[in-house]
Amino acid sequence: MACRHRSSTTTLARLAKPARLTPRLTTQPQVQSQVAPAVRCFSSSRPSQLKETRCQQGKFTSETYPGLKRDPRYGQVTKEHVDYFKGLLGTESAVIDGVTNENATDDIEPFNSDWMRKYRGHCRLVLKPSSTEEVSKILKYCNDNTLAVVPQGGNTGLVGGSVPVFDEIVLNMGRMNNIIEFDEVSGILTVEAGAILEVVDQFLASKGYIFPLDLGAKGSCHIGGNLSTNAGGLRLLRYGSLHGTTLGIEAVLPDGTVVDDLCKLRKNNTGYDVKQLFIGSEGTIGVITKAVIQCPQRPKAQNVALFGLESYEAAQQAFREAKGHLSEILSAFELMDGASQALVRQVTKKNSPLEGEYPFYCLIETSGSNSDHDGEKLQAFLEDVMEKGIVADGTLAQDETQVRALWSWREGITEALGHLGGVYKYDVSIPLAEMYQLVEDTKARVEEAGLLGDTDEHPVRAVVGYGHMGDSNLHLNVSTRRYDERVEKVLEPFVYEWIAKRQGSISAEHGLGLAKKKYIGFSRTPTMVGLMKQLKDLYDPNAILNPYKYI
Amino acid sequence: MSALRILVPVKRVIDYAVKPRVNKAQTGVETAGVKHSMNPFDELSVEESVRIREGKKTPVEDICVISAGPTKAQDILRTAMAMGADRAIHVETKEGEDLEPLGVAKLLKAAAEQNKSNLVILGKQSIDDDAGQTGQMLAGLLGWAQATQASKVEFIGGDSVQVTREVDGGVETLKAKLPMVITTDLRLNEPRYASLPNIMKAKKKPLEKKMLADYGITAEKRLKTIKVTEPPPRQGGGKVEDVDGLVSKLKELGAL
Repeated sequence: MACRHRSSTTTLARLAKPARLTPRLTTQPQVQSQVAPAVRCFSSSRPSQLKETRCQQGKFTSETYPGLKRDPRYGQVTKEHVDYFKGLLGTESAVIDGVTNENATDDIEPFNSDWMRKYRGHCRLVLKPSSTEEVSKILKYCNDNTLAVVPQGGNTGLVGGSVPVFDEIVLNMGRMNNIIEFDEVSGILTVEAGAILEVVDQFLASKGYIFPLDLGAKGSCHIGGNLSTNAGGLRLLRYGSLHGTTLGIEAVLPDGTVVDDLCKLRKNNTGYDVKQLFIGSEGTIGVITKAVIQCPQRPKAQNVALFGLESYEAAQQAFREAKGHLSEILSAFELMDGASQALVRQVTKKNSPLEGEYPFYCLIETSGSNSDHDGEKLQAFLEDVMEKGIVADGTLAQDETQVRALWSWREGITEALGHLGGVYKYDVSIPLAEMYQLVEDTKARVEEAGLLGDTDEHPVRAVVGYGHMGDSNLHLNVSTRRYDERVEKVLEPFVYEWIAKRQGSISAEHGLGLAKKKYIGFSRTPTMVGLMKQLKDLYDPNAILNPYKYI
Repeated sequence: MSALRILVPVKRVIDYAVKPRVNKAQTGVETAGVKHSMNPFDELSVEESVRIREGKKTPVEDICVISAGPTKAQDILRTAMAMGADRAIHVETKEGEDLEPLGVAKLLKAAAEQNKSNLVILGKQSIDDDAGQTGQMLAGLLGWAQATQASKVEFIGGDSVQVTREVDGGVETLKAKLPMVITTDLRLNEPRYASLPNIMKAKKKPLEKKMLADYGITAEKRLKTIKVTEPPPRQGGGKVEDVDGLVSKLKELGAL
């Protein structure tokens, strides 16, 4: 998992930060050695021990989704196919062959299941191309022989989009991990799809730049996967979505055609912006092989404040004030409800940064070029919201360690929930005014059904909400003690209908994959879905790319 | 017994979480544009002082924080006051006027006398210079009792203080009478977060500005820094394509 560990410092005393260190003068650089380490883990990609994790570990997707049947038009992978790929890719390590070699099952397993072990396919062949040309040849061959293919990046998705369902060939992009070019004046980066986000970000850090995307899985996820799922994450409020920061893409269509649109221009109004189709299409119409990203200057100064509020209305007011006071330096505005913080406290056993308990908490981060200037602005803002009574209490991180500790109260939620048992997770976009209402309505509904309680006979422990308030993106999580069919019946399709009524999105940043495929109708009209199907048919007429998923 | 008047020296240092870099001239570490905060051990001292007051076992009349450093050092004095100190003294030093441990100890001696302090709680070391000498020198200059590297401080009636310190192989318990000097170690407490109302209140608390000369101190240097260098960078490893590559590489290196 992606941990944001700063590089360890050198002098002995620097290792000996007092707070929260167990052994004295230990050589471990990590400060918060307890349950929630200093991780930047964002909801979008933290482990969520879903019900399957506990009771159906290792179960095949085909068993969990008995309605799904292998499409007979796809060919079976044979020895001839394997020989072709071996000849094409040359080195032995580029082909993991479970077709002719039965001992390879263990090697293939990691490619067959997602990291939550919620989905598991029957794939017997993994291909790891090292160039666009190889990707093109592989796809052309698969297209000609109607072999189904699942493009795979770091395999950190939450909706089962990157793992095979049946015996699709896994096209793993991990070997295409080069940083091709970086322009230090413009901040324009050209990178291969299999490059790991954190590696790229560290490279950029050494040049004074930052990747416009950050998320919990950054230590494993690939740039190509980020693009094809249009990952959101933490920096979206500040730097916008990948649809804006991606200047160019090179992708391969199912018939082997290389779409070379490695444009390095911010402005280019010449025809349809076709590259946008590859962003967020979850590998259903083409495989992204390279990307050109506009990278912003890395902020020199960051400040973090946390405050407690008495109502959701107050949180909205605080958000308005924050935008007014902090405008260009505001880089995160996160909402956590009291219930979620109580669970973090219960699991980590840490003292809350604020003395009292409040129904809502907000975490604000500013990023700018001048620490004093930002600090003054933030201070003025905090005093203002205090005086106006919008905020009940709060604190301002006085040093880096506190910055991380405050973040851990937001980032530790998913981990704490996972620690306590199974979680039903909904990642939704709702107009801000009604955003938290979903949590309250869901809670009332679960309560009414007699499922929510503090004692063991109730299957539901808590209904909590938190999320990127700055992006109107809420994570509704229902923490359970055990799997109970009644819970699912109460939640679905209630939650989806609730969202559809308010023109929200049933999947804000996690995507559709296999998990949300059948719910697309709650967020898109039949006309829109029809248009999408047309596109799919146009680019992938044999439907070999990432079948059974998306739309 | 007399009410406590606690003096808490604090230092502004490069933030614990920031990796320091040696400057080009190799005379020290780069400080310009680097995030600074309160020396973590000093946070413990401030926290402990406030807890002694909150513990109500011993009346605390005054908690005064003091820092010698550039104008910016006032930020951490405000932080200390937001955590609960009553007032602050800022001894302004000019650029290049860095004090050595003995100089700091002399300054603190004068300050403790001026402020009629009967307890000085300070960090066992600052994480920038790592000298770890000031507390001991101060106790020597004042002729007071000292208990260093405290992991627990208790008032046991009258002017007696019992201090637990962690030593190799166990803990050691000391008892001493006020006035005394205590230096703080990691496990003494967990510093609190400064709350917004307290941060605002801290702005109105008195902050006295002084010069070194007010204490009869000059920033004369007894030690000379000849050169500061970074440790040699770690040699990166090589990557191999597959197991065969690994085996042949190991053979090549003579490991097999």
